[in-house]
Amino acid sequence: MTDTPALPPVAEESVVRFLRGTRLQHDRVRDQWVIQAPERAFIADPIAAEILRLVDGTRPVAAIIDILAERFAAPRPVIAHDVLEMIASLTQRQVLTA
Amino acid sequence: MTNAPVLPPMSLLAELTHRCPLQCPYCSNPLALDGRENELATDDWLRVLDQAAELGVLQVHFSGGEPMARRDLPQLVRHAASLGLYTNLITSGVLLTEASLAQLAEARLDHVQLSFQDVDTAPAETMGGMPGAQAKKLAAARLIVAEGMPLTTNFVIHRGNVGRIGRMLDLAVELGARRAEIAHTQYYGWGLVNRAALMPSRAQLEEATRAVEEARTRLAGKLAIDYVTPDYYADQPKPCMGGWGRRFVNVSPTGHVLPCHAAETIKSVPIPDIRTDSLAAIWADAPLFRLFRGTDWMPEPCRGCDLREQDWGGCRCQALALLGDAAATDPVCTRSPDHARISKILADLPETPPPLVYRRYGNAPG
Repeated sequence: MTDTPALPPVAEESVVRFLRGTRLQHDRVRDQWVIQAPERAFIADPIAAEILRLVDGTRPVAAIIDILAERFAAPRPVIAHDVLEMIASLTQRQVLTA
Repeated sequence: MTNAPVLPPMSLLAELTHRCPLQCPYCSNPLALDGRENELATDDWLRVLDQAAELGVLQVHFSGGEPMARRDLPQLVRHAASLGLYTNLITSGVLLTEASLAQLAEARLDHVQLSFQDVDTAPAETMGGMPGAQAKKLAAARLIVAEGMPLTTNFVIHRGNVGRIGRMLDLAVELGARRAEIAHTQYYGWGLVNRAALMPSRAQLEEATRAVEEARTRLAGKLAIDYVTPDYYADQPKPCMGGWGRRFVNVSPTGHVLPCHAAETIKSVPIPDIRTDSLAAIWADAPLFRLFRGTDWMPEPCRGCDLREQDWGGCRCQALALLGDAAATDPVCTRSPDHARISKILADLPETPPPLVYRRYGNAPG
């Protein structure tokens, strides 16, 4: 709680996947995306949901960035920054693994 | 009572049975344990799961007693998983074998929380009342990790084991757990009966908290640690169940539908029953759920308190157990007019702990 270890860097070439026991799920009743994890479910904000819907265990991070840069017609470096930061944070929280 | 809109529950605590091979004196199950002959049938539980998913529940925690004592557990897990529910098994592990775990994995069980009474075998088995349990638990942990299923180890803390927290967390890492829960005893049911034998001193609590903080630094990146403190030593009450009838719904072995697992102690309203009403109707309308939902029911000092929507007035069952009034401010709150009761309980803790009252059928005092 007191220490926040630095986020481990994730390379664009990495393929990330959900750790067993975690998944993205649409919550039909509340119409929102949630991350299901051991003994907790947390809301995935719309940006996190866009990223996580592309995490399929085969697609490299670079490909996720390409798809989102095109989908949102946004500069690739901006998207890359958001995606890498989100993936590092979710890796630290034991949702994703490289 | 309140007319605020009712949000759907997030989690279902499915207490499948009160049967358990262990006899832990800190158990928060009720003193009046339900017998096997009154347990819900498989079809009843399948219906509960359907209704829970329909209502908006995201996670189901299969608990007890020992949920693995129910032969239909894999069937219930499979059904819950098919409904998109996150399936969690809260178990002592003593009935877990390679074959039973394979069945559960095949049924798409998502996660296991495995309880340990201690890190050392002798005190662990004194507390659990079951010789041979520790080896079975260690074997269960290794099977779960070998299967690749995420594991949380749970250690319940009391005055007898509070000094071994660092080693408990080392064991969790050695076993390959991703998470560990260091949970001080909560004083309900059998735990309340055994309070004088279990409650740590303030110095012991401080030592425990230091041990957890030290381990969080030492094991950062290896193990996530959840820490639950004993609320008797807190200044503010815990937000029990995240608020009454707000996030959790509990179904007892016999089909009683409760806002928390201790709520059968509240006798002022009828206890809703899943065999006669739907989960949705009970959640929205049963008097037991409406009784303390929101903030309109609150007395002073809760009503005017800035924290009323953070701690929701604390724990209703604790107010009932300690003050005889479920609608009173939780006496662990320093703002409660009855807080002196808590100070006295702590001041009167005996130097030498009294004998443990083991949790088993027919052993309840009174």
